[in-house]
Amino acid sequence: MNAFEDLGSVVIQQFAYVGGLTGQFWSGVLALPRMFPIMGKRGRWQSALRQMAAIGVAALPMIGIMALCAGFILALQGAAELRRFGALRYVIDLVAIGFTRELGPLLTAIVVSGRSGSAFSAEIGTMMVTNEIDALRTMALDPIEFVLAPKFLAALIMVPCLTIMCNVFGIAAGAGFMYLSTKMNLVVYIRYVFDSIVLRDVFSGLVKSLAFATIIVHVGCREGFKVQGGPEAVGRATTSAVVKSTFLVILADLFFTVIFYLSGWSG
Amino acid sequence: MTEPIISIRDLSVAYDGHQVLDRVNLDIQRNEIMVLLGGSGSGKSTTLRHIIGLERPDSGTILVRGVDINRCSATELRKIRRSVGVAFQDAALFNSLSTDENVGLPMRELTELAEPVIEIMIYMKLAVVGLGGAGKLLPYELSGGMKKRAAVARAIALDPEILVFDEPSAGLDPIVSAELDELILLLKRVFQMTILVVTHEIASAFRIADRIAMLDNGSLIAVENKDSFKASTDPRIRQFLDPVPKSLPESAAVLDHLRELAGLTGAVR
Repeated sequence: MNAFEDLGSVVIQQFAYVGGLTGQFWSGVLALPRMFPIMGKRGRWQSALRQMAAIGVAALPMIGIMALCAGFILALQGAAELRRFGALRYVIDLVAIGFTRELGPLLTAIVVSGRSGSAFSAEIGTMMVTNEIDALRTMALDPIEFVLAPKFLAALIMVPCLTIMCNVFGIAAGAGFMYLSTKMNLVVYIRYVFDSIVLRDVFSGLVKSLAFATIIVHVGCREGFKVQGGPEAVGRATTSAVVKSTFLVILADLFFTVIFYLSGWSG
Repeated sequence: MTEPIISIRDLSVAYDGHQVLDRVNLDIQRNEIMVLLGGSGSGKSTTLRHIIGLERPDSGTILVRGVDINRCSATELRKIRRSVGVAFQDAALFNSLSTDENVGLPMRELTELAEPVIEIMIYMKLAVVGLGGAGKLLPYELSGGMKKRAAVARAIALDPEILVFDEPSAGLDPIVSAELDELILLLKRVFQMTILVVTHEIASAFRIADRIAMLDNGSLIAVENKDSFKASTDPRIRQFLDPVPKSLPESAAVLDHLRELAGLTGAVR
């Protein structure tokens, strides 16, 4: 009986979590228009700009290096097999399609989740511990609009931008590999890249990146808003934000990949 | 007597089956300083959080300016919140903002005032609390007393009718604590504010209070003016005013255990 009770309790908790996350998502969406210059609240877009610098610009070096490494690894692994069939040229297709559809959005999301998702939960968790969120509420200010919405807008803009940069770096690594292995020059490489990918490959990757940005921001902020107690609760929330957002990003990736496959988008 | 500005009726709150507040009734009149006294775990912070609308009670009503804050519309609640300033125990200043940005935040967010007007008002609010020259400092650069005064400046930014203090003297030395008490009296005198102070500092309570309410184990046991409170013969109030440490329930057993441990380590022969 206890096992059933425990199971029921866990299921209820998970439903409550998803319910809370959904409510927070819609509140965040409704608050987005107030982030824009002129039509939004005074100074709020500056907060969004600061978040863009933190989420996007500061993450670029790490994403660049990771994409270069991942692109080179993918090219090496692909070449090991394709060389046997005399199809080394198809390494270009593997890298270009692999990055635009899959690796670009996923690598970017993992980096942003680790850097920014954890920072969101730590920042908001600390604000909970020091009563700053309570202070906002007593001042009749909505914490969702004040704290979450600038991050949400910033992530919706910067994660797709970072994804494009990740794709560029990954494909550039493929160029490096092809030059070292076959002396293929850059112009020819780029022509092959454009032959292998179509616009919908890039577009499907960007759709994924928007979904990943939403997951990372909302899970990170949700974990922060849930903090009760002291500094150790902030630490737990930070860990939980990274674990949950990475898990949900991969689930969402599977969902979108299946949808794109079934709809013929990735065919 | 006029209609109270805050009226609490049968407020009951329980957390995980533990009764924290039990049918608390309290009226706070306009332009008075009400001090809510109580020991640790007596329920005074819980009462405060319900009065400022941060939590919803299990039962009972809280009327602020005649409006039930748990049953009113979101618009009404926002209006009520704008008329209540709160100075939290640990100041709750936004660490990423300078002191003047903290004070200006409610004005920038909730009013349409022009920026030069806001800047003048920020300076005035900081000057009232004695921080006229500290506007550009970040919260971590302020001392404990300065943080509390900056929190007061932010709380009075929109000229609220009601000002709430959560443990204003906590963590302050007696001199700074007395200065803060003087500031509370000044705010009442100059701005005609109704002030609610939640504290366990008896000296501070007697300095500033018009009336004192006392909570004990979640029940309100007294609401009196400070002279009759001082003269109270209620043993629970006397215990609070003239504290005598309670003996540990199992002190003999604890001492035996300590002796045994000391013997094991060779500290006692």
